[in-house]
Amino acid sequence: MTASKIKKIPSSEITPEYIYNDRRDFIKNLGLILSASALSTFSHKSIAALSTLPSFVESKNVDKDKVSSLKDITSYNNYYEFGTSKSDPHDYADKLKTDPWSITIEGAVNKSLTLDIDELLKLIPLEERIYRLRCVEGWSMVIPWVGIPLNSLLKKVSLTGNAKFVEFVSLKRPNEMIGQKDDMLDWPYTEGLRLDEAMHPLTILAVGLYGKILPKQNGAPIRLVVPWKYGFKSIKAITKIRLVEKMPLSTWMKANPKEYGFYANVNPEVDHPRWSQLTERRIGESLLSPRLKTQMFNGYQKEVAHLYQGMDLNKYF
Amino acid sequence: MKFNQIYIKRLIFIASLWPILSIGIDIFQNNVGANPVEFIERHFGKWTLIFLCLTLSMTPLRRITKINQWILYRRMLGLFVFFYASIHLLCYIGLDYQFAWLDIKNDIIKHRYVLVGFLGWLLLLPLAITSSDKMIRRLKANWKKLHSLIYVIAILGVLHFIWLVKKDITEPLIYGVIILFLFALRLNLFKNRKL
Repeated sequence: MTASKIKKIPSSEITPEYIYNDRRDFIKNLGLILSASALSTFSHKSIAALSTLPSFVESKNVDKDKVSSLKDITSYNNYYEFGTSKSDPHDYADKLKTDPWSITIEGAVNKSLTLDIDELLKLIPLEERIYRLRCVEGWSMVIPWVGIPLNSLLKKVSLTGNAKFVEFVSLKRPNEMIGQKDDMLDWPYTEGLRLDEAMHPLTILAVGLYGKILPKQNGAPIRLVVPWKYGFKSIKAITKIRLVEKMPLSTWMKANPKEYGFYANVNPEVDHPRWSQLTERRIGESLLSPRLKTQMFNGYQKEVAHLYQGMDLNKYF
Repeated sequence: MKFNQIYIKRLIFIASLWPILSIGIDIFQNNVGANPVEFIERHFGKWTLIFLCLTLSMTPLRRITKINQWILYRRMLGLFVFFYASIHLLCYIGLDYQFAWLDIKNDIIKHRYVLVGFLGWLLLLPLAITSSDKMIRRLKANWKKLHSLIYVIAILGVLHFIWLVKKDITEPLIYGVIILFLFALRLNLFKNRKL
């Protein structure tokens, strides 16, 4: 079932309390923005600097996963641009300047496109998506993202016949991303998807979390989320989206090709040399809770298995 | 043992319980982060390595300071290595894997960092068992041979940490350098003694 499908469940039963609160904040802020723009001619830049997102379609959380706490989601991150400890992104991401920011779609397209984040948000309506995130290290969270389907952006540029893969490029700015002062990885971080993976309706570009602007440690202002792949595929702070003909090399493939492949689909049957992929520890559960069984394609098998039909997933890991 | 030595030994014993107290405080104050199981497991792993370094420091300290007293604490510190390694292992088996023996077996077989860590703990067992005065007397010259396993264990412990981390091996390398330094001191001192 795709995340956009709606089941008939009374919304009061499934909409978490925080969304209600956020909705109230949102209405309040909207009122402020509207009255402010009525009084003065606000440029869209200054609106973009506000800490609220435009309205979005709420997720129905059909899988009924218990959503991880905002504190856990924003304090336990792998984001080596700010350091290799899980708490580094929370402690150091503040230095990154995310405004102004533009994102360029280029390569095998008829006309490349460069957009500000606020222009992008005007172009495509936002949706909330509650997704499981499974890290290759054997832990997982459930995260309420707000974003746009990547395919709706790619549909805005006309692709040429050479567009077979999508390469994503993050940022190299060592003065603001202090982890980049070490050559731990080949900066800037890059990632890639096959075009059909990129066009899949579950693949989104997230700009928000818990109904608010995406925190910097989570990849602000805009990041990829591919819920059936290990977390490292979901590149943060994207500046370029490049349509290419050949399979791009991702940062982790360059760093350690034996351990990290291009596909990186969540798969309990394909073991990693370091960590067991059979089970995972759900963040936020009590000290005494057991590990959970890792699901094929992180539980999104119905939606994505057809993309890999006939492929040897042990070879294309 | 002289009165002050007994006193110092007791003091070291109590101080060596600090890792238990500190994690207790962290758990009580809910200061164990988003992944408490990992936090606790790593806490005891780290303290195992620290006590390993402390244990390996006693012999060089005795030779450098020419004070024999250091050697009186070596056995106790060594037993703390075993103690914290066992808690670390127990966290892994009990907290992390909840005694799912098949998963644990697979994890040990398939993942080299788990394997070397487990091997290290296995090698600590005979050392802990033969640590009493009685066993020292019984094993005579063999005791020293057996207990030189601690050098192998130290290397396994550092490897366990190096192979665990994905990319940034700074922290495990710090332990590696300290342990190599302690090894080097021995070689050096051994040479000097021959002269």
